[in-house]
Amino acid sequence: MKIILNGKEREIEKGTTVAQLLEAMGLKERPVAVEVNKRIVRKQEHAQFELKDGDRVEVVTFVQGG
Amino acid sequence: MEDKPLVIAGRAFRSRLFVGTGKYKSFETMREALLASGAEVVTVAIRRVDLSSREQGSFASFIPPNMTILPNTAGCYTAEDAIRTAYLARELGLGDMIKLEVIGDQKTLFPDTEGLLEAAKVLVNDGFIVLPYTNDDPVVAKKLEDVGCAAVMPLAAPIGSGLGIRNRHNIAIIVEQAKVPVIVDAGVGTASDAAIAMELGCDGVLMNTAIAEAKDPVMMAKAMKLAVEAGRLAYLAGRIPPKFYASASSPLVGMIQ
Repeated sequence: MKIILNGKEREIEKGTTVAQLLEAMGLKERPVAVEVNKRIVRKQEHAQFELKDGDRVEVVTFVQGG
Repeated sequence: MEDKPLVIAGRAFRSRLFVGTGKYKSFETMREALLASGAEVVTVAIRRVDLSSREQGSFASFIPPNMTILPNTAGCYTAEDAIRTAYLARELGLGDMIKLEVIGDQKTLFPDTEGLLEAAKVLVNDGFIVLPYTNDDPVVAKKLEDVGCAAVMPLAAPIGSGLGIRNRHNIAIIVEQAKVPVIVDAGVGTASDAAIAMELGCDGVLMNTAIAEAKDPVMMAKAMKLAVEAGRLAYLAGRIPPKFYASASSPLVGMIQ
């Protein structure tokens, strides 16, 4: 199935959880925050939260800024 | 000559200089400049993880430990986006302090004060310590204080412009009426600008470009540290009133005839 990850289409296995997605992206140990369809998925829910076809996922972190 | 610490929503800071982390040529230079500035609070932005980069995570490791990270909502043009960004910052584990920006115009980056007030209300009610980047408008500053912002952060001049304090009188009025800390945010160009902000009675100064884009950012960071301290001391010391005519410093009696 397809999700939109940070604005780009990405093919993932059905039933993939947020935690699995982050691991596949190499972000397991990184400070990130996740939104699915504009709603925050809390860190403690990452392992249970299954993504659905067409979900819009945002994965953000902190960067240089003023 | 011990100054009181700057207290924002119960948190005490010894340094009155807040610095941004943007626009540095390298993370190494940024780190050196942050250390030279003596700042205890550094700002960061919230952005999508760059999925094409393998160097993720290095930025955070260049922020000296013990520094308080203050996330901003830079780049947000609506209250909704700013609120969303604040929640993401909190989820990132960056705490409850947020530098709230709601931008109203791309060219000047002046705040949309209507959106700013709207977002401030929502975030204050949700337990955030809101530090709003605002115009040098005393009425808006008062409204932001009234909705519960923990400080007000009027601009000196447009972000990154280096024009210095464009309207000292408005900044002075904001300082006079505010019961929360006033931190000049944006527009500082050089050390004297920071000193003037402090001489006007501001509680702190937040800057980024003036340090990051100086020819020698580390030296400028030190200069800003000294300027903020000097301006603060001058404010506390109480300056003489300006006069039109001379007032001799040497005795008028005992002159040779």
